[in-house]
Amino acid sequence: MRFSTVLAALAAFIAFTAAASATVIGIPTDGDLGFQPSATPIMDQIYSFHTLLLIIIFGISLFVLALLVWAMWRYSHKRHPEPKKFSHNMTVEVLWTVVPILILVIIAVPSFRLLYDQDVIPEADFTIKTTGNQWNWTYEYPDHGGFEFVSSMVEDEFLGEHPFVAHRNLTTDVPVVVPVNAVVRMQVTASDVIHSWTIPSFGIKMDGIPGRLNETWFQATREGIFYGQCSEICGIRHAFMPIEVHVVPQEIFDTWVVAAQGDPYGAIDVLTAYYDSLRGDAQLASAR
Amino acid sequence: MSSSATAAHDDHRPSLWDWKRWVYSTNHKDIGTMYLIFAIIAGVIGGVMSGLIRWELAEPGLQVFNGGFWGNEHNYNVIVTMHGLIMIFFMVMPAMIGGFGNWFVPLMIGAPDMAFPRMNNVSFWLTVAGFFSLLFSLFVPGGSGPGAGTGWTVYAPLSTSGSVGPAVDFAIFSLHLSGAGSILGATNFITTIFNMRAPGMTLHKMPLFVWSMLVTTFLLLLAVPVLAGALTMLLTDRNFGTTFFDPAGGGDPVMFQHLFWFFGHPEVYILILPGFGMISHIVSTFSKKPVFGYLGMAYAMVAIGFIGFIVWAHHMYTVGMDVNLKAYFVAATMIIAVPTGIKIFSWIATMWGGSISLRTPMLWAIGFIFLFTVGGVTGVVLANAGIDASLHDTYYVVAHFHYVLSLGAVFSIFAGFYYWFEKIWGVKYNSLLAKTQFWLFFIGANVIFFPQHFLGLQGMPRRYVDFADGHTFWNLVSSWGYVIMAAGMIVFFILLIEAAVRRRPAEANPWGEGATTLEWTLSSPPPFHQFNELPRIK
Repeated sequence: MRFSTVLAALAAFIAFTAAASATVIGIPTDGDLGFQPSATPIMDQIYSFHTLLLIIIFGISLFVLALLVWAMWRYSHKRHPEPKKFSHNMTVEVLWTVVPILILVIIAVPSFRLLYDQDVIPEADFTIKTTGNQWNWTYEYPDHGGFEFVSSMVEDEFLGEHPFVAHRNLTTDVPVVVPVNAVVRMQVTASDVIHSWTIPSFGIKMDGIPGRLNETWFQATREGIFYGQCSEICGIRHAFMPIEVHVVPQEIFDTWVVAAQGDPYGAIDVLTAYYDSLRGDAQLASAR
Repeated sequence: MSSSATAAHDDHRPSLWDWKRWVYSTNHKDIGTMYLIFAIIAGVIGGVMSGLIRWELAEPGLQVFNGGFWGNEHNYNVIVTMHGLIMIFFMVMPAMIGGFGNWFVPLMIGAPDMAFPRMNNVSFWLTVAGFFSLLFSLFVPGGSGPGAGTGWTVYAPLSTSGSVGPAVDFAIFSLHLSGAGSILGATNFITTIFNMRAPGMTLHKMPLFVWSMLVTTFLLLLAVPVLAGALTMLLTDRNFGTTFFDPAGGGDPVMFQHLFWFFGHPEVYILILPGFGMISHIVSTFSKKPVFGYLGMAYAMVAIGFIGFIVWAHHMYTVGMDVNLKAYFVAATMIIAVPTGIKIFSWIATMWGGSISLRTPMLWAIGFIFLFTVGGVTGVVLANAGIDASLHDTYYVVAHFHYVLSLGAVFSIFAGFYYWFEKIWGVKYNSLLAKTQFWLFFIGANVIFFPQHFLGLQGMPRRYVDFADGHTFWNLVSSWGYVIMAAGMIVFFILLIEAAVRRRPAEANPWGEGATTLEWTLSSPPPFHQFNELPRIK
């Protein structure tokens, strides 16, 4: 990474930590070991289920490693020149068949609970339809008058001109906007080849497939900016059709919808003004 | 067999430099050797391609595929596709099934050769032809540039309307050719194993490597025709106006995925099962102890093979399947952990109470057992459709399948290579070089692939030529791992050259009392034709 980029990123980071609600939450952190921060109840569930799995698989791996190391040491030909000749032991054979089954049952209970919570779509507040294209996403808000816009990646040379925080390969020219705590039904399809719509922090991923209309949902409970990236190989620009979702308070969303019904591409000004006001508030607060 | 008979047959061995010996070969050992050399060549090509991938991903931005000498982002997709196809179809399968299978199935069951020696020859040359077709696809138009950039999964419609030009046709043709070779080879193995076992060798006395080949070839025989059908439909969709996978004509892109993975999931077991067989022999040999739970080991492989056919849609959790269907595939997939666990623990139980010498093949085998366990448990994580919503098509998946293949299948190939090195080549290898290669591989492969779990959890999608800045650190670590592993490969070639130059004469059985299967009763290398008098198994 170039030094100037580091500086710019640092400056952006300082500017936006001051305005808590405008911070970018759903973004990979360099050197991090786990999931991106969670912003939906489903992702919370994925998070805790993964922690359970992690404990189990670490336990199993370390157990196997310990057995191997012990066997290598204890039964080395130096310490144990005369091999035993047994090749059966009913008790351990039953044990290592039954115990893994029990572990799988322990895993299955939260797994199925998560799966059904995820896939049974609750009563939604409104719907967003997205269509994957080579290489951008078309969004439509059918419950708000059906306005439509195409969201493309901001190329590196224009990142500096973006009205608010911008990240290489992640920022789009027109973000998706949803109100906090609303249950949103996402419909995903595609116009040419298969694409996949995902926001890691929301714990959802759904393929957009030509000729099919897939459905999933999310309920973002944290305000902030969340990024995702196309997750099904779709050609030369596969790595360059990101997804950007802004979770904002209901009244900001309402203002944005009204603006977007007139000009969906100009409605980004509502977000700019909102983030400016947050930064203003923060500066006022620190001045006091 | 008397030593005079052996000498008499040695006289029939044609010259090494007679091209007809190789091109027209019907000898299972010669064909096996050709498969091994072919796999090494293909492995080097596929390995260099993974080097380009790691070079590109060492830093954010475009380093390699930036429109310069190596081309653009399309060429990156092409390299990713080729790396996958070459390593699966032209490295692991030829090495395990064609190489070790051809060499040691007849030797282990006490047979003079394969059942259909000429068909054996055709199988090999079809594989070579397939490889050339695949390489040829690199140089013809494939849409955004030369080559097929569809991923090894060739999902429609990216592989149909999404890739204009003959590159994808040649890639498909390549799989048709090598698939035909695989089907013929599978028929040959099944017939050989069922009909040509030495007197007294019942199925339940058969060495576990032969068992693993029997299960593998059954999987091949049932799975590859499904791929051939799916690929044929792709070809007609591309060239003759059919719409099997085109919704505009009533087709369905997801249908292709079902067909592909109905082949693809058994295929990954095809890649690993022969390794299971080899590891059993190696662990038993170097522990000087019979394999623990022989029948359990054999039928665990049969069970894995069977379950392998009923779990395919766990590769497709995000296509929009019904929730109950997902629930079924979650349950079925997790069950695979049980027979796999039986195998892992039986290998450890074989070591338990033995007299273990850590010779080179044993190092690879123990490395295999541990790393395959790590790859296996992340498979249990991915089996859960709920979590797969986060991890599907991320680097977590890449880490998982490289742990079971690059560190599983490849480790077992090297284990088998060193185990049978003297038997095949008739010379000894330098064990210091061999152990150096093992440690470079062990460390390198883990440094490459373990950090990729973190990248996946952080949401980095696979097949990405460039990533978000937040993925920088672990990608750099992963690329350094490649350098370590590449150093291991260089040591491997030094070892081959050293062994070829020094020509230390091989022993018939270098491993002592622990090596009990029939191939160790023959000279190293074995006579050109063996077992003219069939051995009798008590």
